[in-house]
Amino acid sequence: MVAHALAEAVTYPAVGASLDVERISHAFDIDGNVLPVLDDVNFSVKPGEFIALLGPSGCGKSTLLRLVAGLEAPRSGVLREDGDPVTGPFPSRVVVFQDPTLFPWRTVWNNVALGLEAQGILKTQRQRVDAALELVGLSQFRNAYPHQLSGGMAQRVALARALVNDPKILILDEPLGKLDSLTRITMQAEIVALWQRKGFTTLLVTHDVEEALFLANRVIVFSDRPARIKADIAVDRPYPRHRGDPRLAELRRNILGLLGLDATW
Amino acid sequence: MSTYSVSKAVALAQSAEEGAALVGRPPSLSFSFPAGGTGVFASLAWIGFGISCLWWPDIGDWTRTHQLAAAAFVIAGAIFLATVAGSRLGRFNAGLQKRAPWLLVSALFLTLWEVATAKFAWLPLPFFPPPQSIIEVYTDDLPKLLDSIFASVKLQLGGYVIGAAVGFLTGVSIGWSRSVGYWVHPVLRFIGPLPATAWLPIAFFTFPSSWSASTFLIALATGFPVTVLTWSGVASVSNAYYDVARTLGAKPSFLVLKVAIPAALPHVFVGLFMGLGSSFAVLVVAEMIGVKAGLGWYLQWAQGWAAYANMYAALIVMSLLCSGAITLLFRTRDRLLIWQKGVVKW
Ligand SMILES: Nc1ncnc2c1ncn2[C@@H]1O[C@H](COP(=O)(O)OP(=O)(O)OP(=O)(O)O)[C@@H](O)[C@H]1O
Ligand SMILES: [Mg+2]
Repeated sequence: MVAHALAEAVTYPAVGASLDVERISHAFDIDGNVLPVLDDVNFSVKPGEFIALLGPSGCGKSTLLRLVAGLEAPRSGVLREDGDPVTGPFPSRVVVFQDPTLFPWRTVWNNVALGLEAQGILKTQRQRVDAALELVGLSQFRNAYPHQLSGGMAQRVALARALVNDPKILILDEPLGKLDSLTRITMQAEIVALWQRKGFTTLLVTHDVEEALFLANRVIVFSDRPARIKADIAVDRPYPRHRGDPRLAELRRNILGLLGLDATW
Repeated sequence: MSTYSVSKAVALAQSAEEGAALVGRPPSLSFSFPAGGTGVFASLAWIGFGISCLWWPDIGDWTRTHQLAAAAFVIAGAIFLATVAGSRLGRFNAGLQKRAPWLLVSALFLTLWEVATAKFAWLPLPFFPPPQSIIEVYTDDLPKLLDSIFASVKLQLGGYVIGAAVGFLTGVSIGWSRSVGYWVHPVLRFIGPLPATAWLPIAFFTFPSSWSASTFLIALATGFPVTVLTWSGVASVSNAYYDVARTLGAKPSFLVLKVAIPAALPHVFVGLFMGLGSSFAVLVVAEMIGVKAGLGWYLQWAQGWAAYANMYAALIVMSLLCSGAITLLFRTRDRLLIWQKGVVKW
């Protein structure tokens, strides 16, 4: 069923783009004071790679994602998608924000259709919306309004709203942060499955070390604000992964140490 | 206008709606009788009203007393039949059950009114006409009244639609564009708070006709609250919505039409509601002073002839029209804002 929906959704093969983050620094002005947030962040992502970003709260992870999305321009440094500099938002890079931010005046279906409508291709591509809803298991709720959904359902709608655009780079800002642990585990497995099938490049911010290790090819650990790269760790385990994998447990101990939590381990 | 006063205005309009909702809630009176009991009592009360019309002689010279009594008996019969038919009438019966206490109380009020005016003149007579003399106005002065209603509705509708449209567009522009805001905001602050009626003397001089002058004034009275609330609605749209739309490929026109405006719509309706209220005031004053047509003018005319029954008759019509306009507005809102939870019923 899901595979069928997917076959309909993919009108052209969506292949991940490469992403180069070249010496990015960023700062905010707060009451005349400069608050440095990103300090010389430098890394690159291969097409189709799954990267997890870990770091203390408030260090600048969401800010980095906003820069990648093109919603803001960095103070210095360049971002490149497939070698071309990022100058503004473009639907090939889609963000699932920390909050679902569904439009309350639109039904679930119309929320998912937002991207296609904004790009003026909804009329001919309506089946993509249906397929995306099917993918996240919310076909029954297509006519519901956001205030009628649970938190987890709303987050799934937000995911469908992103996926329907066949992004080359999927940017996930703690998309599972507010879900209960059961829904969370299910959604993690779904995200891996989706990513493997569609092949988009993924950038995931998370607070959960275990989640990062379960999902990503690489985990990048940031320092406290201003964020600097503390470590760039390859997770060399095949999918599907097992949560009890001793190698993952070892990596987890390392990362927790980097985040200053080694005392508890 | 500061944000503080805007939010206060919103709160005020909302509490007004809530008040209306409280009034609309059926009182628990009906529980003290068996099903349909209140309906029977309401029917009896209307018979009582009819009898009160006939029992004592009128102290004045009114021609519609007998018809009024007959109408009361017809209403009593209708209520009684509907109550007896009961559940066979389905939804109509449910509506009747809900309104039965009101029917009962209105009959009591009419009886009291009838007795206090037409029969014993407890209230001084020319100033407090009895119900039958108001009925007399509706039957005997109907053409003039209809003309006045037509003139008022036409004037109000024209002015209101223009004012609402201009106010909406201005509000969206100020809320959206910083440079429009720079130029329009000071003008709005200077002109807006002025009561539209203050323009009356100038408007009647400068406009080619009193009709166009009044349309302008009504549009002005409507436009100000609509502008301010639309503006505040557009300005308060969360940036997160724009971010989402932009990452999905939205162009500026999409951001205005499909994000800013729908998100601001609840505010816009508060503005439309407030504009409706202030434009009614302007309508009546303009008709009294300048237009020489419409219900305001009718009131003025009736006062000139000391025709108090005509004044009450016109007031009742006016109240029905204003209330009808607000009902229409709220119906439209409920339809458009179906996505909001817990909207208050008017
Ligand atoms: N628009 C803004 N204006 C000023 N300061 C900002 C702005 N956005 C973020 N900041 C500041 O930048 C810093 C980093 O914020 P950011 O949202 O990127 O953190 P984060 O790493 O995503 O944290 P969390 O994990 O808690 O979501 C914070 O200290 C915040 O106060
Ligand atoms: Mg964040």
